[in-house]
Amino acid sequence: MTEIKLEERIAVALAKLILDPSAPPARHIAVGAASPMPAAACWLVKKQGNPVRLSLLHKRSGNPFTEGTRELFDLTGQGRIDLFFLGGGQIDGSANLNLVGTGEWPGMGVRFPGSFGSAFMYFMTPRTILFREEHTPRVFVEKVDNISAPGVSPPGVFRRGTAQALVTGRCVFRFHPDRARFSLESVHPGETVESVRDATGFAFDVAGDVPFTPDPTPEELALLRGPICDEMMETYPEFCTRVFGRKQAA
Amino acid sequence: MNPISLEALAAEVPDGAMLALPPDNSLPSVALAKALIRRGVRNLRLVGVPVSGFATDILIGAGCVTSVQTSAVSLGEAGFAPRFSAALRAGAIKVIDATCPAIHTMLQAAEKGVPFMPLRGLIGSDILANRPDWKVVPNPFATDGEDPIVLLPALNPDFVCFHALMADEEGNVWVGRRRECATIAHASKRALVTVERVVPGNFLEDERLASGAINATYISGIAIAERGARPVALLDEYGFDGAYVSEYARMARSEEGFAAWCAREVFEQKAQAAE
Repeated sequence: MTEIKLEERIAVALAKLILDPSAPPARHIAVGAASPMPAAACWLVKKQGNPVRLSLLHKRSGNPFTEGTRELFDLTGQGRIDLFFLGGGQIDGSANLNLVGTGEWPGMGVRFPGSFGSAFMYFMTPRTILFREEHTPRVFVEKVDNISAPGVSPPGVFRRGTAQALVTGRCVFRFHPDRARFSLESVHPGETVESVRDATGFAFDVAGDVPFTPDPTPEELALLRGPICDEMMETYPEFCTRVFGRKQAA
Repeated sequence: MNPISLEALAAEVPDGAMLALPPDNSLPSVALAKALIRRGVRNLRLVGVPVSGFATDILIGAGCVTSVQTSAVSLGEAGFAPRFSAALRAGAIKVIDATCPAIHTMLQAAEKGVPFMPLRGLIGSDILANRPDWKVVPNPFATDGEDPIVLLPALNPDFVCFHALMADEEGNVWVGRRRECATIAHASKRALVTVERVVPGNFLEDERLASGAINATYISGIAIAERGARPVALLDEYGFDGAYVSEYARMARSEEGFAAWCAREVFEQKAQAAE
């Protein structure tokens, strides 16, 4: 199996953002519900030998929390979680997240599962990396229909951080909280600035030539498809089968 | 405390009760949810602690539910919860959205017997804008600026149902590290618990078991339901049955499909087990 799957490319792009030397250090990373690509990225960072503590909320054996799921939020409230991941049914150009649904509240158009911990985690974690594989104008909108968690807050509202970046199936965006806008950091092979612009409902900044997102290296792919798949199989069997080609036990 | 039958346990829950349920990663009693459907309970006000999964979707599908307070409803890798989505669209249920730590915080306030607790975050979220019962006040301890912070009222459900691994002779139940079940049991008026088995002795006298136990003082009723979490995983006892949930997700896309699933998996299975 040599073909690079999009999910693998996204996981590797997420891993590079975790290790971004210009961002505050990620010593303790938490991964929430329904996040196989962030989980793969975190395992990649760890299996590459970086000293990082991973707390995977949905890990069944060896779950990190002994006080129930509230412990994740208590840790985050104290500032003991450095980095978290969030997605969204809609994400807009100011990094507002909508996990509730489209149309009138509470999602009378298309209902998404719900906001999970986003309305707290986005404020209380120094860094959030956003991810969403589907890169279309229905996902990346000018303005979200409903705000589960806002991208920026007015002065005086307690907030430790916000989005660092947004990784999609087409590109990597960097977020600039000072101007509440995204800039295009790299495009995945096969994409151009124009193709990304066509697929994006919000305006974003482009500075100079935009590079391609680097391909995963053979070493990274070997880690993902081997030991990382082993780690993830219990929590994300469908994902591991679909992306890494791993057969599920009968 | 002597175990009673699963159907007797379900009969304890009256129509209209506020019922808290843990999600699919934290010991839901799917057996009790199915028994509640068979009993024909109506107008339940469900609370997902802090999110909702399979048990909530089948209760909604069977018409047992009038409102859901939760931070999300999902079937995990099997996708969106089909009967929840359909009921919301049809206006058949009221959905009261929250965010995970808010649910925990409201229950912790009830645990402590205080009227409210503060929580960071939330300001600027439409969740807050749609929660007239949540208030923003200036932090009374702030030394610099107003520092607005959200206050959440204590949440005191009528019932909580979950599935513990085991109960002992004294009626203590053992949930291991899934301590949110303890928080909900502390915060709720009555806890109804299904277990895989009842074992001799007293967990509270065993140093290694005591920390994963919930004291019988919080438990109002116990029934034995083997494989009672299924298709959801139970600690290290059994795994998640993804194929079962995927089949449910497919069938429950339509009302007719759900009815067929319900007839087979909720009513027929029980009849067979009774034979």
